[in-house]
Amino acid sequence: MPSLVSTPTKERTEEAAPTPAPRQARPRLRGWGHWVSVAWFLVPALVLFLVFVLAPIVVAVFTGFFKWGGVGPMDDFVGFANYTKLFDDQVFLGDLGRGLYLIVLSITVQLPFALLTAVLLNQKLRGRAVYRMLFFAPYILSEVVTAVLFTMIFLPGAGMADHLAGLLGLEGLRGTWLADPSTVMPTLFVVMIWKYFGFHMMLFLAGLQSIPTEILEAASIDGAGPWQRFRHVTLPLLGPTIRISVFLSIIGSIQLFDLVWVMTAGGPNHSSETMAIAMFQFGFKRYQVGYASAISVVLFMISLVFSLFYQRYVLRRDLSGAVTSGGAR
Amino acid sequence: MNARRTARGLSLHAVVWLIAAFVVVPLIYAVISGFKSTGELTTNPFGLPEQWKIGNYTGILGDGMFWRQIANSAGIAIGTTVCTVAASAMAAFVLARYAFRGRELFYTLFTIGLMFPFAVAVLPLFLMLRTFGLLDNPLGVILPQAAFGLPMTIVILRGFFRTIPAEIEEAATMDGCGKLRFFWKILLPMARPALGTVSVLSVVASWNNFFLPLLVFNDPKWQTIPVGVQQFQGQYSTDFALVLAYIVLAMVPALAFYAVAERQLIGGLTAGATKG
Repeated sequence: MPSLVSTPTKERTEEAAPTPAPRQARPRLRGWGHWVSVAWFLVPALVLFLVFVLAPIVVAVFTGFFKWGGVGPMDDFVGFANYTKLFDDQVFLGDLGRGLYLIVLSITVQLPFALLTAVLLNQKLRGRAVYRMLFFAPYILSEVVTAVLFTMIFLPGAGMADHLAGLLGLEGLRGTWLADPSTVMPTLFVVMIWKYFGFHMMLFLAGLQSIPTEILEAASIDGAGPWQRFRHVTLPLLGPTIRISVFLSIIGSIQLFDLVWVMTAGGPNHSSETMAIAMFQFGFKRYQVGYASAISVVLFMISLVFSLFYQRYVLRRDLSGAVTSGGAR
Repeated sequence: MNARRTARGLSLHAVVWLIAAFVVVPLIYAVISGFKSTGELTTNPFGLPEQWKIGNYTGILGDGMFWRQIANSAGIAIGTTVCTVAASAMAAFVLARYAFRGRELFYTLFTIGLMFPFAVAVLPLFLMLRTFGLLDNPLGVILPQAAFGLPMTIVILRGFFRTIPAEIEEAATMDGCGKLRFFWKILLPMARPALGTVSVLSVVASWNNFFLPLLVFNDPKWQTIPVGVQQFQGQYSTDFALVLAYIVLAMVPALAFYAVAERQLIGGLTAGATKG
């Protein structure tokens, strides 16, 4: 049989198979049996996914059209009123702005910092395996543990940060940190870097290791210095990794919740509130479930539109298919 | 020339040391502070404790609540991982090795899940779990966590299943091995490294989840460690040293797991983030 010699891929044998292989004893299973076994294998995942991932989104869209406190009948249909109210709300517009602020800082500060660390650890350096493991360690800790740790560090009066500021002669910073509307976001951002730069560093390291040394050597022979090699060889070849890091940072910044909730709960006076915090406040503390659902939907639309555009126009050249969120900020 | 190289090496080390200090100092601060009294923490924040008090740590370890939270977190992580990996492996198997109409559509459907922020789903999810009567029930956390873990797990496993040569399957079929037996007896054992990776990712994600357990469990007996940490901080907000001791102990299982499973974890995250 020619088909046995040429060993076609599995899909091929099943899709086309113009000449039925005589040794395959159950050709009839291709029809019904085939579908039954496909269904058997697919159903558990599909049911879980439809019920717990897709259905909630549908429920949120539906609930967002009602004025509803979370209990009792949902009978006060208000159309888009929740949405118009949302976009009239200065605090909510502030939430959007803060999301943007975190995105910009992540891309301009955190990612370069992670890249620098990755480049350093990509060199021959004694103990680099230990450093690598160490820098990634914060990523393993839960956001809550991280948040409580840094709440203690930034505690006015007693925390390490206040003492450190005192030692460095930055008396003005003492006692502010998370307590002052003007410093709370930068402080939170420092914690974000602490927690997440190691993850991006790992991605960059993986990317750096896939760059063939021959190319760098060739550049070196052509007279390119370290900076030129980095700028014109490493950086472009790292492009795909960087674009994925940017994607994960943005998605992560948009949906930041645990860290902020535990450290400030959005305060003082909404100055560190994010969209997810606002949703939580309205949905679970103030019992305006319809309004909170509208926030969910807006958050969803932003993520979806951004993801689609990003995958379509930025990641297209890197890979075909999807990108995972891995839980990165 | 040599001096310059040494100088360069030294400054390289200096920068790495600085970054290491940024990462490590908060952790060491927490460990050491746990041995102090809160009074001493305020007066002597950086130095070693005058007297190493182990009372904070032993007190927590002697408290049943801490162990209960650890056990809850572990149980939920295991339950989540079993559900995620079992459902994903089955789905990834047909999505990788069966030809049927709509296969790519189903695969795309799952990958769309990668873009959904959990924060979006959590409010309606809560409403649904309440309707199903799954509040204060571990399944109320396990099933949604498993569902949200599916996309990435399916992407990784499908990629891996595709790398297993078709010849092996043909040989097995020749010897009279059905699809199911091939999956169970040949494919899964061969995929052990990939299954290890996705399991580790799932355990870590579940262990760290805060949002869902916070909402689903009202009864303290179900509290997981992140919720427990937050509650403990609220309860003992003035006893800083004790709170720090609590989070240090809460970190230990996660860091121990990381030390053991480092390779799978990093391999999985870098593969998960870049694989199509």
